[in-house]
Amino acid sequence: MNPAAWIEAAFTSARPQAIAALLRYFRDLDVAEEAFQDACLRALKSWPQNGAPRDPTAWIIFVGRNAAIDAIRRRRKLEQLPPEETLSDLEDAESKLAEQLDSADYRDDLLRLLFVCCHPELPAPQQIALALRVVSGLSVRQIARAFLVSEAAMEQRITRAKNRIGAGTVPFDTPSPAERTQRLGVVATMIYLLFNEGYSGTGESAGLRTQLCEEAIRLGRLLLRLFPSEPEMMGLTALLLLQHARAKARLDAQGEIVLLEEQDRGLWDGTLIAEGLALIDKAVRHRRPGPYQVQAAIAALHSRAAGSRDTDWAEIDLLYATLERLQPSPVVTLNRSVAVAKTEGPGAALALIEPLEPRLSEYFHFHGARGAYLHQLGRDEEAREAFQRAVALAGSAAEAAHIRLHLDGLVKDRVPSTPAGESAK
Amino acid sequence: MLYAILCYNSEDLVYSWPKEHEDATMGRLSMVQQKLATAGRLGPVARLMPTTTATTLRKDSEPALVIDGPFAETKEQLLGFYVVECTGLEQALETARELGNANPGGAYEIRPIALLNPAGPGFNSWSAQR
Repeated sequence: MNPAAWIEAAFTSARPQAIAALLRYFRDLDVAEEAFQDACLRALKSWPQNGAPRDPTAWIIFVGRNAAIDAIRRRRKLEQLPPEETLSDLEDAESKLAEQLDSADYRDDLLRLLFVCCHPELPAPQQIALALRVVSGLSVRQIARAFLVSEAAMEQRITRAKNRIGAGTVPFDTPSPAERTQRLGVVATMIYLLFNEGYSGTGESAGLRTQLCEEAIRLGRLLLRLFPSEPEMMGLTALLLLQHARAKARLDAQGEIVLLEEQDRGLWDGTLIAEGLALIDKAVRHRRPGPYQVQAAIAALHSRAAGSRDTDWAEIDLLYATLERLQPSPVVTLNRSVAVAKTEGPGAALALIEPLEPRLSEYFHFHGARGAYLHQLGRDEEAREAFQRAVALAGSAAEAAHIRLHLDGLVKDRVPSTPAGESAK
Repeated sequence: MLYAILCYNSEDLVYSWPKEHEDATMGRLSMVQQKLATAGRLGPVARLMPTTTATTLRKDSEPALVIDGPFAETKEQLLGFYVVECTGLEQALETARELGNANPGGAYEIRPIALLNPAGPGFNSWSAQR
């Protein structure tokens, strides 16, 4: 047994709740982080000697809080003129600590911490970077590498994000049920974006980005444990699990994208799929459908099918229609067209997406899908133009390489035909 | 006598294990299980999905109440169990210690089994596991 590994895991698992509780006491992210850091340093000395505490998270909160109060008192002696309210505030917190440690406050603490990272003035990449640094405890170096930016740039981004969420704007009142639901929604979006950030990684950065997906799943499970009856949290966690289950099959040895239809389904992670399906089962019982649940249900249909031909495309089409109602967006319609192409043929799919052109003209996937349908219809000249536009808009080398394969295909088989297995009307 | 060894640990902690630690732990546990199996003492072994997948049916009200989440909100959660044939409590404790050496942290509850129904006809453990 490697005790260092155990202690590291204890720190990782304690971090979200410990920082959240320390933020409530000190109302300052930097102080909370320093207090946590301080407690971890003490734990590294104490635990190997005295044995691990029964509740490492509570230990870290107690020790971190005391260390930070000590530091503030020492500073007070040096500075002579103390900010009086700060101190009375602290003593108040101290007396309440014992009963609060086990109470439902924990839940609001953690939600508050995540919500603070989702400050509306912060652009999404900054929200994600801040959450990874503060909540997950990833190093600036790790985050920088995952985002393909320099360490200095990421350091600056995180500092700027912290400055932006000034102490005054952090909501410390206990939220009302409506506020709680609203915060949960904002946080869910951030977790979803964090996952997508990891999911869109290809090539050399793919391995690093997997960590972002795992972190998103960890946060999803954590929130779901605190809010066990929220069907959308079940849906979100299920969606992430089902998507991540395909991670090993999604990229080939060169780090290039393998389309769902061409993936080796034997590489899909059955354990993650089973967990995702179990969560969807639970969510459906609530009869309160939402966008995450519907997307998870779509992912589940793919997971259940042995291959593209066994996939229930008609049901997927229906689910996308539901999603269009719940969350109208041209991207949802674009995704729906894939199912329509399977059930009604490429002509119907093309008719569905043509009206989206003005809004999606700068969107890589729009031109990729349009090119594919045109090719299936034998309109190769137009298909070539669409693919070329897609290449120009590709966000990563892998995306561009994928479309180039289509272009090569156009050159190779000059005789256009509807590929076998496609049910053209 | 048959014993159930119920595994409790902090779910947060176990799910924060780095992959190498998880693999090493599972490797050590499977060695202990191998030994028990060779001695013909190992019954069913189960690892439960995270408590987020749990649903509780409170049947003390009418109608019974369905609640999301595990039955008990505790710092350590029931994460799995073993069924092992033991000569008595001493051997059961000995077995639990061996498993504990392979996987320190948390706790095992050792409970003698009063009745164990073997699987019913047509039960396919593989499909049940999927």
